Amino acid sequence: MGWTDLLAWNPPGWGSPIFRGVITTLQISFCAYALGLLIGLLGARGKLSGGKLTKRLLEGYTTIVRSVPELLLIVILFYTGTQGFNSLLAAFGLGPVRINGFVAAVAVLGVVQGAYSTEVLRGAIKAIPVGQIEAARAYGMSPFLMFRRITLPAMLPYAIPGLSNLWLTATKGSALISVVGYVELTKITQQAAGGTKWYFTFYTTAAVLYLVISLISLQGFGMLDRYVRRGQPKVG
Amino acid sequence: MDFTILIQFLPLILIGLKYTILLLVLSVFFGMILAIPIGLVQVTGPKPLAWLAASFCMVIRGTPLLIQLYILYYGLGSLFPQIPWIRHSFMWPVLREGFFYATLAFTLSFAGYEGAVMKGAFASVPKGELEAARAFGMSPFTVLRRIWFPRAFRIVLPTLGGETIQQLKETPIAALVTVVELYGAAGQIFRTTYDFFPPMIMVAVIYFALTFIITRIFNYVERQVPQR
Repeated sequence: MGWTDLLAWNPPGWGSPIFRGVITTLQISFCAYALGLLIGLLGARGKLSGGKLTKRLLEGYTTIVRSVPELLLIVILFYTGTQGFNSLLAAFGLGPVRINGFVAAVAVLGVVQGAYSTEVLRGAIKAIPVGQIEAARAYGMSPFLMFRRITLPAMLPYAIPGLSNLWLTATKGSALISVVGYVELTKITQQAAGGTKWYFTFYTTAAVLYLVISLISLQGFGMLDRYVRRGQPKVG
Repeated sequence: MDFTILIQFLPLILIGLKYTILLLVLSVFFGMILAIPIGLVQVTGPKPLAWLAASFCMVIRGTPLLIQLYILYYGLGSLFPQIPWIRHSFMWPVLREGFFYATLAFTLSFAGYEGAVMKGAFASVPKGELEAARAFGMSPFTVLRRIWFPRAFRIVLPTLGGETIQQLKETPIAALVTVVELYGAAGQIFRTTYDFFPPMIMVAVIYFALTFIITRIFNYVERQVPQR
């Protein structure tokens, strides 16, 4: 069997399962990234203008998540989440359920992403000149309107490089989800490689697919970066 | 959650700590040595070498370390036993171990990330200083050894601590190819005691402490470098 047979679309080729793996990896990464951004926005807001307790708690969250290895965090959060959820159900007299693997994967990766997003967005918001925010307030804008019209567009140029890195971390970090058994690109590759003993072929294929995702993403973020910087003076 | 059960596993934990530190130190040291030529050729050329180095950095940075490790461990690892002279060489006991492949993968990974950083550092050393060195009649190698590399290294030094911590946080992946480092040791304790949280929380705390120690070490090293 050559690699064209191994990667053929129909069984015994692994083309179609691997393609589904790519889609799952993208779905997990995208949802985790979005959840991370949401946590990040709230976290950044809390760190910049929250009370003392909020600041302490958020500081603890970002420090711990950022200094413990991602794999360890994923395993701990996955275990805590599934165990905790089932003991919660047991407390209400309900039997244990199988936790949806996709939801668990997204939640776990999202919580990890959230800590990094918090720091990126906090830095970006802090980089906005104070006068612009004050001017918005002086105009009597509501907090939401001010965020939409001033804070968001003004912080994006500072945030995009960090957010681009975070997206790449999300796609690459999603490979670690294979460890807790959820079938995405890495897991399906493991199954294909283990089943056929064609290790080099399948792992290299997976590497190429991840690389393509990264390269396309970099192009996309490059375009986004140029877009949010429109109207800014060119540097260099 | 009973943390006292961990005491009987102290020898295992210490072995884990040893392998974590060994992996980190070996991969950062050899990765940095590889990163110097990888960064340099991207600035000086020749073009084909620069292209090769840039592609290497792109592949390393664009794919998950887990996949890189699996390519080496399962790919190379399944290839080596089929070659008789490798099987019978004195290196075989080393080439059989997951530790070898983990060290190799982590070294290449660090070289890829740091190669891109070194490229920037080499490029940002002021041209005038290199010209002055050449005007003194230094050979290209002497320029590199006395001026270009020391200046570039000073530029990357503040980021090196962060990169090392990043690398430390990648090391638990080695447990997936049978290396008993900290996370692998925690897994073994979990499988023996069926108690999840004590070993996992303990290694999380150890990683936390290691991060702190690395930060202090690099702060100390940075203070030793004379500042203008």
